[in-house]
Amino acid sequence: MLGDKKDLLGLKELSAQEINEILTQAEFMKKIVLSDNKKSQHLMGRSVITLFYENSTRTRLSFELAAKYMSANAANVSAGTSSVSKGETLIDTARTIDRMGTDIIVLRHSMSGAPHLIAKNVKASVINAGDGMNEHPTQALLDMFTIREKKGRIEGLKVAVTGDILHSRVARSNIYGLTKLGAEVSLGGPATLIPPHLEDLGVKVFKSIQEAMIDADVVMGLRMQLERQKSGLFPTLREYNRFFGIDEKRMQFAKPDAIVLHPGPVNRGVELTSGVVESSFIDEQVTNGVAVRMAIMYLLSRRENI
Amino acid sequence: MKILIKGGRVINPRNGFDEITDIFVENGIITEIGNDLDLDGIEMEVIDASGKIVAPGLVDMHCHLRDPGQEYKEDIESGAKSAVMGGFTSVACMPNTSPVIDNASVVEYIIKKAESAGYANVYPIGAITKGLAGEELAEIGELKFAGVVAISDDGKPVQRANIMRHALEYAKMFDVAVVSHCEEMSLVENGSMNEGFMSTYLGLRGITRAAEEVMVSRDILIAESTDTSVHIAHVSTRGSVELVRQAKKRGVSVTCETCPHYFTLTEKAVSGFNTNAKMNPPLRTDDDIEAIKAGLADGTIDVIATDHAPHHTDEKNCEFDIALNGIVGFETALGLAVTHLVRTGILTLNELIRKMSLNPSNILGLNKGSLEINKIADIVIFDPNKKYTVNTDDFLSKSKNSPYNGWILFGKPDYTVVNGKIKVNQGILV
Repeated sequence: MLGDKKDLLGLKELSAQEINEILTQAEFMKKIVLSDNKKSQHLMGRSVITLFYENSTRTRLSFELAAKYMSANAANVSAGTSSVSKGETLIDTARTIDRMGTDIIVLRHSMSGAPHLIAKNVKASVINAGDGMNEHPTQALLDMFTIREKKGRIEGLKVAVTGDILHSRVARSNIYGLTKLGAEVSLGGPATLIPPHLEDLGVKVFKSIQEAMIDADVVMGLRMQLERQKSGLFPTLREYNRFFGIDEKRMQFAKPDAIVLHPGPVNRGVELTSGVVESSFIDEQVTNGVAVRMAIMYLLSRRENI
Repeated sequence: MKILIKGGRVINPRNGFDEITDIFVENGIITEIGNDLDLDGIEMEVIDASGKIVAPGLVDMHCHLRDPGQEYKEDIESGAKSAVMGGFTSVACMPNTSPVIDNASVVEYIIKKAESAGYANVYPIGAITKGLAGEELAEIGELKFAGVVAISDDGKPVQRANIMRHALEYAKMFDVAVVSHCEEMSLVENGSMNEGFMSTYLGLRGITRAAEEVMVSRDILIAESTDTSVHIAHVSTRGSVELVRQAKKRGVSVTCETCPHYFTLTEKAVSGFNTNAKMNPPLRTDDDIEAIKAGLADGTIDVIATDHAPHHTDEKNCEFDIALNGIVGFETALGLAVTHLVRTGILTLNELIRKMSLNPSNILGLNKGSLEINKIADIVIFDPNKKYTVNTDDFLSKSKNSPYNGWILFGKPDYTVVNGKIKVNQGILV
């Protein structure tokens, strides 16, 4: 039961049962998000701090609104990576926030394992909102929620994840979550952006994205960062799009009713063509993100009441 | 001070000696070895070594004592105390201090401070390049005459092949060993652990084994083509072992070392973002451990060094990416080696002691590592069958950064004798 856990650090640490518990709770929360009266009592009197060491609009806002829809007190700290060099350590910052009566700390950080570090040092629940290249569990949960909503199930589905797998915490969380729920995950992307030993995580790796997409029920694009070009990992966005972009033609390798997902923000014409964006469920993913984050915060907040 | 070490199993790797006998030490010198020594009426300290191993004091050719500059991690006295607790009677400390050991005054400071501390013998290793910057050669001749036993840019490997070439040639003239930390930095790409399953699983940037092996190859080829000698520091991969093995077969003058963590731990130790498993080179895989053990067994790997690298708690209790590399090693090295190499049949005690005393002593030109009459009495006594549990809180090092807390090991030193003086007595620092 998720209610027994203090933190949500990643999908590595969750069981299939706990993932399903969140997804089911999120169905209820989505009704609140879509209703005219977006105010429930689920986190009445609780306090949620979003502590973001990386720029983010959608994830931070999604958490903040999720907290406010459930009547929590919510505040944001945009720390910026410079505060590391100013001298205060992450642990000290987190402890300070902890002592202000905070019940939930939502952390985004550029370094893998940062949420695990502060979780050991604070009383508050810690939710990982993305750590380095490790995990982005709430994104994967909202992806899985969207898949379950559109396809009615996850078990037995084939999900193709394409692009920069190496640097993607979204890909990692989806791999852990989807395989735990019985989906078949196939990956495709440039060889320079595929980390070693991926197969040992229970997924299949293909040399081309077409092969990864064959008979897929779900096709997931990942955001491509231009800075990877400077590191010599791929030549140009143009060439990336030519060989690894998801367009209408490549979509024909997938099942006719396949759905397209992307964690956003999309580089139109790079990872996805505009036509594919328009037929995707990216907008609905955003709505579902609020519902899933409400479910997670609510379930974690119940632990003290047990 | 006169000491009789009685009834121990005396191991001397120089001549393969392995017998139960007595050793008599007088005024810092081994004066007699044998049974039924005629010592009637002489006032002396008697160490009952029955059931124990009596071996030449261990020599560590690779440690960091952090002094001058980072005394909050370690200083020469605390480092030397930690060393003797681990059975080391001589240690050679790396030059990445502040200021760097690239001039005679820092060398003299370390030697003087070690003498007044009076625990282990401390030998400074000088820098290859000024300020470890990799640009211009340090004053290697002056360093040698001030007392360095080797030169190394450990931690900041010499990136330019021509500088390394000139260093090897220039150092040969002064007969000073060159210790190369092999790491091609352009291949490291901000990695913080081994590139493999665990880096993928944890989302940490991996370091390809090629980063080490490319430079091992480079330095072997430079030594071969210039007829110079090179010592490869902390070998961690199967590929590096094989490169050294092949080079030795061709007759290249290359020696190498590994460290206990490269035959006892793998990348799996990083699980949970454990910063005490963060080191450079990074912990590798079971396959590499197998190759390291084979390299130790067949003589490819000459030396077991500690790479003792003390760091403050705050430098480890932080994000994995910014945690500093390295672990303390003096007080676990012998136990790890006895437990995981000798008790498992990979090395005999004689072979182990050779790699932990005589070989490093020879590479550094120290005239240590042997129990013989008229030699300075640097001796370690331990029981390879006595079990103990590692407790990092008990370490005499100022720093406790070790992944071995709670490990059950065999062979903790009971006595350490340095220059004929008992420094550790029944496991307690004197």
